[in-house]
Amino acid sequence: MTTTTGATATAQREITYLQAVNEALHHEMERDSKVFVAGIDLAARGDVFGTTRGILSRFGSERILDTPISENAIVGLAVGSALQGLRPVVSVMFIDFIGVCFDVILNQMAKNKYMFGGKARLPLVVLANAGAGGGMAAQHSQSLEALLCHIPGLKVVMPSMAADAKGLLTSAIREDNPVFFVQHKRCARLRGHVPEGEYVVPLGKARVVREGRDATVVATAYMVHEALAAAERLAERGIEIEIVDPRTLQPLDIETILASVQKTHRVLTVHEAVQFGGIGAEITSQIVAEAFDHLDAPPARLGGPWSPVPYSVVLEREWIVNADKIHDAVVALVEGGEG
Amino acid sequence: MTTARQIDAEQLLYMYRTMVTIREFEETAGRLAEQAKIPGAVHLYAGEEAIAVGVCAHLDPADTITSTHRGHGHCIAKGGDVRRMFAELFGKSEGYCRGKGGSMHIADLDIGILGANGIVGGGPPIAVGAAFAAKYQGNGRVCVCFTGDGATNEGTWHEAINFAALHRLPAIFVIENNHYGEFTPQERQGAIARLADRAASYGIPGVSIDGQDVIAVYEAAREAIERARRGDGPTIIEGDTYRFYNHTGMSEGDPRPQEERAAWRQRDPIAILRGVLEQRAILSGESAERIHEEVRREVEGAIRFAEAAPYPDPSELLTDVYSD
Repeated sequence: MTTTTGATATAQREITYLQAVNEALHHEMERDSKVFVAGIDLAARGDVFGTTRGILSRFGSERILDTPISENAIVGLAVGSALQGLRPVVSVMFIDFIGVCFDVILNQMAKNKYMFGGKARLPLVVLANAGAGGGMAAQHSQSLEALLCHIPGLKVVMPSMAADAKGLLTSAIREDNPVFFVQHKRCARLRGHVPEGEYVVPLGKARVVREGRDATVVATAYMVHEALAAAERLAERGIEIEIVDPRTLQPLDIETILASVQKTHRVLTVHEAVQFGGIGAEITSQIVAEAFDHLDAPPARLGGPWSPVPYSVVLEREWIVNADKIHDAVVALVEGGEG
Repeated sequence: MTTARQIDAEQLLYMYRTMVTIREFEETAGRLAEQAKIPGAVHLYAGEEAIAVGVCAHLDPADTITSTHRGHGHCIAKGGDVRRMFAELFGKSEGYCRGKGGSMHIADLDIGILGANGIVGGGPPIAVGAAFAAKYQGNGRVCVCFTGDGATNEGTWHEAINFAALHRLPAIFVIENNHYGEFTPQERQGAIARLADRAASYGIPGVSIDGQDVIAVYEAAREAIERARRGDGPTIIEGDTYRFYNHTGMSEGDPRPQEERAAWRQRDPIAILRGVLEQRAILSGESAERIHEEVRREVEGAIRFAEAAPYPDPSELLTDVYSD
């Protein structure tokens, strides 16, 4: 993978996305005693996903708390303690669970600074795991990032690669605003080169993951990997796609996306979240408004179909956007519907 | 009959003046709202003053509170500046929130007011975090979470208390039971009469007190706050009280029975404390009148300040969404 902004790769070692996140937590907890971690099964068990493994033994039970299954209290813990100067990192485990604590997110966390005339600072991070593909059905598989992106006051990062995950979580913890750190479950086990030591990837900066001339594919989270797989097959057909990973969805780095579209003149947005009202709709709309004259074809979108995520492996496979669907959409975009 | 034992005259007079200030502020705000000089809704705290004042009398500026939609009284009792409060109600740039919050969002983080709150049950989760921060930093602070009776039927309230009890956080959950959730009587919103009984389910103490008697509030709050500061965890205090005006605004359209309202007017917390002060010869009719006059002048001055203050510049619309 390409180098990350600000990174000084001392060693080209490969670790998983999850290990990269874990490293960022260790570094930041070491660096700043105001950082603490709280959530369900985060301490003794190290999180059901393994995100916080080793933190309890390293930092002790004052710095990492196992909480009751009580998301209002968990997210409220973050808001109130951030208002009082701490830098909490809390987990809601599955992003689907924001439903049970949405007031704290929507009406408290996001709005306190503005409502209070700017005096409040809310340096907090909420970890949330998104995505389908594990047979977890409708309440444990969603990609709800667009809901969060619609709320002024929140920032939303959704990294696809291990090195970005480490650098973006570091930035998120040092940020004085509420940040949702959305991890796609299928990204978690992927390995990548991750620099040792501390580094930051700035929030709000997209990355060109693959260069190409024929079409821009703006993909988020696991869809970046599906797009990379599609790119290999498209290359065999003579189509070179440029893949842009926004990495941060709020604020959105539209400049990098526009620069790519102005080069390729065609664009497809891809996310796993349902297509209607997804982040792809916003990106497409901004491209049309800002780069209409550069477009040689109507912008295309791919997202989940309009249904809850199904359970059966056959139905779930049908539901999820994948490399084949991206391949076909790009062929249609570039060759005019002949795919 | 209440006694004022152990409470010195200075403290009693401070509480009297603060209650009078809240009453004057609220009745003035209510009139200004009726004249459409204050936009939106004002939820007046008049009638409930003894609770905010009796609790906050124990708090230092560094201690924190979370408040409610009916929050003006908490703000004044915690040391808020009535000039900046009125300026906020007017939507002016000298207001506490520079005109971005209004009545339901007044906050002063410098003196521990973590915001009034437009959401019933919005405050308790935040109080958990503030109390946790105090414990984490070992700074001896406490957080008082004020809610009405309505919030005790919200999940957030239960989650917050369970968490605070589990971690023995320095929090105090004060229920201002004014017997109505918006327009619906409390007995039609839950099957128990004493809301403090809910404390049993969290393994913490719960007390129900006369919320019109500031001395009873003061003494219950002292015990709960000392307990919290000692590291022994939260307490629920339920104060039995009544709002003298309608859910919003003043008396127009108030659906509560006339005889009920009149009976509670006989239990005016300011009059009750005044009786105690006169009995102890701490306050004479003349000195009481002087306090009332000084408060009236302070509130009039605050109105002048607020009226003279500029509106925010339209360019401020998009500032303060994020910290830099």
